[in-house]
Amino acid sequence: MGIERYVAKRTLQAVAVVYVVATAVFVAVRSVPGDPARLVLGGNAEPDELAAVRAELGLDQPIHVQYYRWMADLARGDLGDSIYTGQSVVASIANAAEPTLSIGLVGITIAILIAIPAGVVSATRRDQWEDYVATGVAFLGISMPSFWIGIVLLLTVGTAVPAIPSFGYASISEGVIPWLSHVILPATAVGLPYAGIITRMTRSSMLEVLSEDYMQTARAKGLPPRLILFKHGLQNALMPVVTVAGILFALLLGGIVAVEMVFGIQGFGRLLIRSIERQDFPIVQGSVIVISIIFVFMNLFVDLLYMSINPKIKYGGGT
Amino acid sequence: MSTDYGDANTFLGVRLDRFERLYETVAGDYKATFGLTTVVLFVLAAAFAPELAPYDPMAQEYAIMQAPSLSNAHPLGTDSFGRDLLSRMMYGARISLGVSLGAVTIGAVVGISLGVFAGYFGGWVDDALMRFVDVLWAFPWLLVAIMLVAVFGQGVWNVVAAIAFAYIDDFARLARGEVLSIREEEFVLAAKNVGLGDLQIMVEEVLPNAVAPLIVQFTVLVARAMLAESTLSFLGIGVKPTTPTWGALLGQGRSLIGQAWWISIIPGIAIVITVLGINLFGDALRDAFDVRGEGGSP
Repeated sequence: MGIERYVAKRTLQAVAVVYVVATAVFVAVRSVPGDPARLVLGGNAEPDELAAVRAELGLDQPIHVQYYRWMADLARGDLGDSIYTGQSVVASIANAAEPTLSIGLVGITIAILIAIPAGVVSATRRDQWEDYVATGVAFLGISMPSFWIGIVLLLTVGTAVPAIPSFGYASISEGVIPWLSHVILPATAVGLPYAGIITRMTRSSMLEVLSEDYMQTARAKGLPPRLILFKHGLQNALMPVVTVAGILFALLLGGIVAVEMVFGIQGFGRLLIRSIERQDFPIVQGSVIVISIIFVFMNLFVDLLYMSINPKIKYGGGT
Repeated sequence: MSTDYGDANTFLGVRLDRFERLYETVAGDYKATFGLTTVVLFVLAAAFAPELAPYDPMAQEYAIMQAPSLSNAHPLGTDSFGRDLLSRMMYGARISLGVSLGAVTIGAVVGISLGVFAGYFGGWVDDALMRFVDVLWAFPWLLVAIMLVAVFGQGVWNVVAAIAFAYIDDFARLARGEVLSIREEEFVLAAKNVGLGDLQIMVEEVLPNAVAPLIVQFTVLVARAMLAESTLSFLGIGVKPTTPTWGALLGQGRSLIGQAWWISIIPGIAIVITVLGINLFGDALRDAFDVRGEGGSP
């Protein structure tokens, strides 16, 4: 199979997965026991109010019409409007995205800055004290809930260092320094567990590469150890790390949502949680779709990236 | 037809010498010993909570309600309702451990079944099942939990369902991969030739040979499930607020963080120690069973 066909096939598959997810969300929202309109308005709503909400949600139409509309709107990028604020779902999510993305990106940067050196040291100093320390810290990181790290940071760094605000968010448009000072603690909270995972992955990947024949050859050729380690070793060892790190990025979400709550940041997590409390269905279902799309295409992107940096991989061999 | 593969004795399909190696690994490895010991201690504390807990976890002491404190009577402090935190944590351990074990068990049963069927039959069965697994994977667990709570309200079973749902794809992919490498083995072909049914071959011949990596996966995911449960409860979309899981205790402490830091910190330490113990033990299992790789869901 040629590479173009493989890319086309995988893209189609990704679109198909999103389509099924959208259908599942459609079914799930409509299988809510009782009346979604009643859920929206509460128990004491008047019948005409209920009818109005039902019409607004399109629930008064026959089911196949609803389904067609849902898909047609989705294809146009229209996820409906918030019941509570009237703002479009896409705009609500877009407005809340900046703090969430900032925390995620800074968190990953922190994680990589810690994890790659730690993993390399852990592998090259295998079974020496450096390895034990790195392994111990990595396991500790993996075992801590992000929101709890957030609370600990809040109580320690947040109270000890007045320059670091422990509450709220400042947009990057207000300047890099205020932005970073607000983001640094939540990002660290999200990044530390992630750093633990990447450290372990870098270590095992590096150990594998270190035992390869070409490393032996490089040493036999008398290349300087640093060059061997970074040029031949790290470059090859990082490939599987990149793949998994990319996928895990999407999985940071749970951590970010909880950390936003700890630091009182009005991001996507706050939007989600508040929408559940208010039973703002369009936002909840829109978020599920948006996150699924990010998940699926992130995975596709990482797959293709991996393929392009590693020509040994055959396309089309199974999933 | 027995599942005796010649000279090696087996238990759950894992050769006994592997368990001997496991024993040696645990006994000889500081982190494995620590892991297993902590897990056992916490399980015991949970199991014997009614006998061990110094107070009734629901009993409120009005005298100290307004001033939650650390004292000799309450070494881990009291919460804003004057309830003893140590006792609440011991009862909470039952739910936190139970939810995690239950969720991962359900995820494992469903996921392994899907994976074994997909890998064993191949072809369109494989394609169909694995596309289904892709769809499951595309639903982030947090959003599944949110939808369940939005539809059915808070509750322990919704948390179990959401976490189980999130781990189906991990088990399915792993089991499928294992089965793909096993199904062409001679003993499977032999079993087919003597006329065993597909189901019997899957259960008696294929599955036991795939069990080691699945056990490792199970352990790792129990640790992650504990973190997931605590996150959900902390966010207030997990168990009902009155249920004292570790995450929920922590969540209640959030508003009191200025006056009573321990309500947020101590249940967190319990979570960290337990999850760390399970992770370290899982790592020892990985070494003992010689399973490669890590990664997967959060």
